[in-house]
Amino acid sequence: MPLLEVRDLTKSFGGFVALNGIELHLDPGERLGLIGPNGSGKTTLINCISGALFNDKGTVVFEGRDITKLPAYKRARLGIARSFQIPRPFKSMTVLENLCIPLEYAAWKRVDHRRIDDEAMEILDLIGLSDKAQDNSSALTQIELRKLDLARALAAKPALLVSDEAMAGLSGTEVDEILDILMMLNGRGLAVIMIEHIMRAVVRFSERIIVLDAGKKIAEGVPDDVMRDPKVERAYLGE
Amino acid sequence: MAAILIAGFLFTQGADNEFYFFASYVVLQGLVMAVAWNILGGFAGYVNFGSAGFFGAGVYTSIVLNKAFALPLPLLIVASGCVCGLLGLATGVLTLRLKGIYFAIATLAIAIMLETVASNWEYVGGAAGTFVLQPTEFFVFDSYIELLFMVMLSLSILAMIVARYLSSSKIGHGLSAIRDDELAAECMGVPTLRLKLVSAVTMGALMGMAGAPYPFFVTFIDPISAFSLLIAVNAIAMPMIGGTAAWYGPVIGALLLGLVQEISTVTISSELNLLIVGVMLVGFITLAPQGIVGLARKLWLKKRSP
Repeated sequence: MPLLEVRDLTKSFGGFVALNGIELHLDPGERLGLIGPNGSGKTTLINCISGALFNDKGTVVFEGRDITKLPAYKRARLGIARSFQIPRPFKSMTVLENLCIPLEYAAWKRVDHRRIDDEAMEILDLIGLSDKAQDNSSALTQIELRKLDLARALAAKPALLVSDEAMAGLSGTEVDEILDILMMLNGRGLAVIMIEHIMRAVVRFSERIIVLDAGKKIAEGVPDDVMRDPKVERAYLGE
Repeated sequence: MAAILIAGFLFTQGADNEFYFFASYVVLQGLVMAVAWNILGGFAGYVNFGSAGFFGAGVYTSIVLNKAFALPLPLLIVASGCVCGLLGLATGVLTLRLKGIYFAIATLAIAIMLETVASNWEYVGGAAGTFVLQPTEFFVFDSYIELLFMVMLSLSILAMIVARYLSSSKIGHGLSAIRDDELAAECMGVPTLRLKLVSAVTMGALMGMAGAPYPFFVTFIDPISAFSLLIAVNAIAMPMIGGTAAWYGPVIGALLLGLVQEISTVTISSELNLLIVGVMLVGFITLAPQGIVGLARKLWLKKRSP
């Protein structure tokens, strides 16, 4: 059974069709790359998957269950976690407290209630942010914010992590650092959908890539094939 | 908390100047309102301009039930709490999908609506107002105002216990997450609408309870005083001055602002109240936007890490 199945998904904003009949499936533990030019609908697609937006047409099925009508918080509880294009920490809280929110809510039924703080520390250790545990989250650097976003998504104990441009604005070595973290998480059985503009990172990371252009899926396959696809080249570079 | 209650009781047995009880009642009423306001305004970040609406609804629930069934005061308080809790739920369902300034305007509109209803309701005296007789039995107290003072002191303690419990509980953490970033909170599994409704109901119920004894305190009540602007302004100003981040911020703000208002009423002029609130609010927002609690925390952090 696939972990996630999106069938015929359509979403419009007024007269603008942002997504048009998207089909997508993802197996447990798979690494999927989602690419496309700006405005092609990538973020809208993951908003529809995570429940931040509701789609107009089509269905979203997670672990065999139709979640099309479920609000975002219920999807988070089922095991869909996401990071944001621009990190969105809970600014009034410390790094550790940031992680306690998903542990107390999304993962509440899956964690030992007396071990919330320990669980949060373990995740920070894993991500490499444990020395910042007591710092206020508004005092972090860009890469630390990215790591916090990932750590917080991880604290939701998900089966699927959707990473929305977790590497935007980072330097070369920092990109590798985030990539290593995502690989490591995937190695622990987490399926990952990665949205990214940094091609080097997507190609290295993904087992399969889906390309969106103007709300439609124009290509799908292993990274090398997709990169050679003339349709993809046209979408990015024009005629 | 029990110690405060006992101290209050001893105060009623010891002190003989009734003015102290009048003044303390007003300060404590402000405290309950401020602590209640902070449950939605401070914890969740939804600014409610309609506090006077909840307070006034509590006042009028009390008047109606007193006139119709002559219920004892504790029952009136419970009834007002229930009515205003439901009012909080209704307001929440209608308005909590709105964000920021829109929510604030909606709450203001609801307060004005309720005042209009009270002004046109003959049974409770309409716009002309109505007299309410104080009961003649004082139990162990020397006068009815002492009894009312103890009632309001108990309500203050109840409000503080509720606020403290909420802020340290899972619900409080969820509300902080909503205040910081509602979308991120929702994506981390926080049922945002449900938590906002819980805090709106709690806020409404506490404000209604604060309003219930008011008719017996003033003995003459009309819509303008029940839905007074000063009540709404104080309910916002006190948490802002004390600090909205912690449950005890509004307590500090209420005691400070309330005392200054009462002292100035006696020593200078009773019309000075609003001006004092305004000046203090402007002062604190420019100099210490996080309130007294925020200022204290900042100084403490500075001291710890030179």
